[in-house]
Amino acid sequence: MSSFVSQFKTLAGEKTRDLRHRQVIRTALRSYEVVRDKRKAAFQSWEFARQAAAETKWEAVNHLDTHLEALVAKLEARGTKVHWASTGAQACAIIAQILRDQKAHSIIKSKAMTSEEIHLNHALEQEGFTVVESDLGEFIVQLRHEPPYHIVFPSMHLTRGEIQDLFQKELGDAPSDSPEELTMVARRVMRQKYLTADVGFTGANFAIAETGMISITENEGNARLTAALPKTMITLLGIEKILPRFADLALFLPMLATAGAGQPMTCYNTMYSGPRQPGECDGPEAWHVVLLDNRRTELLADAEQRDALHCIRCGACLNVCPIFRNVGGHTYGTTYSGPVGSVITPHLRGLQDWKHLSNASSLCGACTEACPVKIDLHHHLLQNRRNASVSEPAFFERLAYKLFSIVANEPKFWSLAKKLGWLTQPLQKAVKGSALDPAKAWTKTRDLPPMPKESFKDWWRNRK
Amino acid sequence: MFRRNRMTITLFIPCFIDALFPRAGISMVEILERLGHSVVCPEAIACCGQPPFNSGYWEEARTIAGPVLEKLADAEAVVIGSGSCGAMLKNFYPELFANTPQAELAKKVSARTWEFSDFLVSKLGVTDLGAKFPHKVTFHDGCHGLRELGIKAAPRALLGKVRGLEFVELMEESCCGFGGTFSAKFPMISTAMGEVKCAAAAETGADYIISNDSSCLMHIQGLLSRQGSPIKTIHLAEVLNQQ
Amino acid sequence: MSEREKILGRIREALKVKAPRPGSHGDPLVQAAAEPPVSHARDWLPSVGASVEEQFAMFARNAADLKAEFQLFAGRDELRAALVSLCAAEKWRRIASHGGELTDFACQAIGLPVTLTDRGYDVQAMEKCDAGITECDALIAQTGGVVVNSRGAGGRALSVLPPHHVVIARREQLVADLPAAFARLQSKYAPDFPSMISFITGPSRTGDIERILVLGAHGPKKLTILCL
Ligand code: SF4
Repeated sequence: MSSFVSQFKTLAGEKTRDLRHRQVIRTALRSYEVVRDKRKAAFQSWEFARQAAAETKWEAVNHLDTHLEALVAKLEARGTKVHWASTGAQACAIIAQILRDQKAHSIIKSKAMTSEEIHLNHALEQEGFTVVESDLGEFIVQLRHEPPYHIVFPSMHLTRGEIQDLFQKELGDAPSDSPEELTMVARRVMRQKYLTADVGFTGANFAIAETGMISITENEGNARLTAALPKTMITLLGIEKILPRFADLALFLPMLATAGAGQPMTCYNTMYSGPRQPGECDGPEAWHVVLLDNRRTELLADAEQRDALHCIRCGACLNVCPIFRNVGGHTYGTTYSGPVGSVITPHLRGLQDWKHLSNASSLCGACTEACPVKIDLHHHLLQNRRNASVSEPAFFERLAYKLFSIVANEPKFWSLAKKLGWLTQPLQKAVKGSALDPAKAWTKTRDLPPMPKESFKDWWRNRK
Repeated sequence: MFRRNRMTITLFIPCFIDALFPRAGISMVEILERLGHSVVCPEAIACCGQPPFNSGYWEEARTIAGPVLEKLADAEAVVIGSGSCGAMLKNFYPELFANTPQAELAKKVSARTWEFSDFLVSKLGVTDLGAKFPHKVTFHDGCHGLRELGIKAAPRALLGKVRGLEFVELMEESCCGFGGTFSAKFPMISTAMGEVKCAAAAETGADYIISNDSSCLMHIQGLLSRQGSPIKTIHLAEVLNQQ
Repeated sequence: MSEREKILGRIREALKVKAPRPGSHGDPLVQAAAEPPVSHARDWLPSVGASVEEQFAMFARNAADLKAEFQLFAGRDELRAALVSLCAAEKWRRIASHGGELTDFACQAIGLPVTLTDRGYDVQAMEKCDAGITECDALIAQTGGVVVNSRGAGGRALSVLPPHHVVIARREQLVADLPAAFARLQSKYAPDFPSMISFITGPSRTGDIERILVLGAHGPKKLTILCL
């Protein structure tokens, strides 16, 4: 067993027994479900919108080379410096170099999952730079030295009491446990940091090939400030974030907001097409856009699962996923958790090490149903399982299925198996749930149904 | 009770209904026969091949599913009392056999396959089976039936006509956590999901959880009886067969 | 070979195998429609009334849902009076704004010291202002939001740094829906877009603590939209 799977099982065991965790997540997501359903219902046709969004992303991803070239040409024409990084390490090095060139010390960051993916904060701190997360949720988990719990709601696993204690300990300022007052503490702390940071760092939600723009979606205004005040701005962009046309945003912005947080629109949706332009009074003098591959092209090469690159990171599939809700975001041990994380992590970080995430699913399909860009998520989990067993079959599991297929194909064997099951039933009861019980995995928490003496097939035969 | 054109219906009995829940299968036979159709049940079919398929062993799944396809080749209609096995035949056989000599056969069988409640309502046009079940009940939608096959209205239409039955919807529509081999590979997650489901069912105050999928019910019942809960589980067909 | 060439090379290699179109379940290459998929977005997004009155009513409803303040005025006198009382109620002492036909009028009406952004400004001074007053590109009935940009609304910071953002708009700036807003921006600016275009939908907010809504996370706590 790889260390990743045993870690997953250990943490999953802890979290699934943690009833407080279960309650916190359930409460947090219940309000989400109510508003999301209301916003979806406001659409004249959510389903047609999904199909159009899926087709738009299909077009973007399946012509990724031409769209990227168009985007970059437009960006460069207005003075943006574009960098290309094949790996996370390269991206970190490029960004560190920009900071050194600027003689920068402090960096203010707005939320970017791509930067979590490449462990940017760690890399920059190693080099002696100060990195401050400005998104409230990210700020909270940064203070706890923890990765975000959820790609959209980074601190949803914490209660106000825990956040109050954290602020008291780390900032020496937490007048009460009211979310309002705690938010104002963060606002005060962050204000001065904006005004003094040398560099502002952002992620990106969409990149528009037609007009050469990066679109950033946020609620707090922290990305707006990050892109307004520091002299230098750096944006890290996964290459799959492309949309072909400016007008595509008219559909994608409300869909992202609705699926992700049950909002009609996220508070700020901002399109950047360059650094400060002639005649403008503020904004960064220099803007660096770093394009990140980091094995996205591997996923692109799998035509069957290429649509996983359509993902707009709305988090809807996490929110509806019963696995995510019970094991929690940190248990995955990945940057992208939940269904989409289980699908793409094997591509980004190795199938054999991460196939357990595809196995840890009941394949209920709630994710696929929720996804605004119609990624075939739960079927991709099945395909990952298939690919994993083809490339490296588990000896005993395959043997078991070979034997099972012999039994299933031969009525005599199948009858015999049922008879044996019935005969051993009393024995099974005696060892129920103990180490001796071959069905322990089941019986530790669940009773087995009593096995009737007469099976359906017996009945059918007798009746004829 | 109205009689339609007499059909010969091939009943597909999933392995767990055969071995553990024969009453569900027997009820389907009796209901379909009462409606004037003749029922056949190929004895040589034990399993649809879903366990190896879901675990990623598609070749082993084909060794089971291939013969199943041959035995169903001439069926007029294949009816299954499980959304999960229904989805296997209807949605996954075509994928499993794509680019094999049985590809066309898989598509043909797929097109003739029905989940039991959907068959009654959409194909036979029947909702009132004259059943009586004087209990407060709730309904669990098996995920495969719900999302792969899109079946939600049919069981409710059927239950709506059962005399004496009081129906309460579950507050949350979520997976019970069974998921086939998942329940044994990740028992802690499966159990937690099941506990959420049982708690939701308890909130309704129902005496019975009804479902069109016995495999989900096996899981839910297993938890309920371990918890000592008085709530009982029962397959939809058994409810519809209570006269 | 540069990284650019390497990445583009990997992409081209990968794309040699065609992917199934969405919703086609394994059948590759269902024919693509001739027009962009979003061309009919208007038919799927939330519906908007046909008349201007309905659209203003919808804008007002949506803005209220977002906890933004919206007022429609019959003339400049009414606007002036509203600004004066807003200033008094909020106890503003200093405001920030930019040159513009409507903003000039507003600043004059308010009569407080103004930090103007047009020729550059001191960030610390703007931070101390009680309100940022800007014009806009559009009001969107469908969302209850406004569109501002870095060229016509006093730069990038003015609409987010002060704790209260006041937008002064004209009736003609109302558009029905998001597709109309994007079309308007495109026809007005392409290809020379302002370096920042921002769709602002309600005052700054967060739900990061127990998913409970708090206004004014980093940006303005209050958003007031005054329309002539
Ligand atoms: S896979 Fe779909 S639902 Fe999940 S985060 Fe991505 S876009 Fe959202």
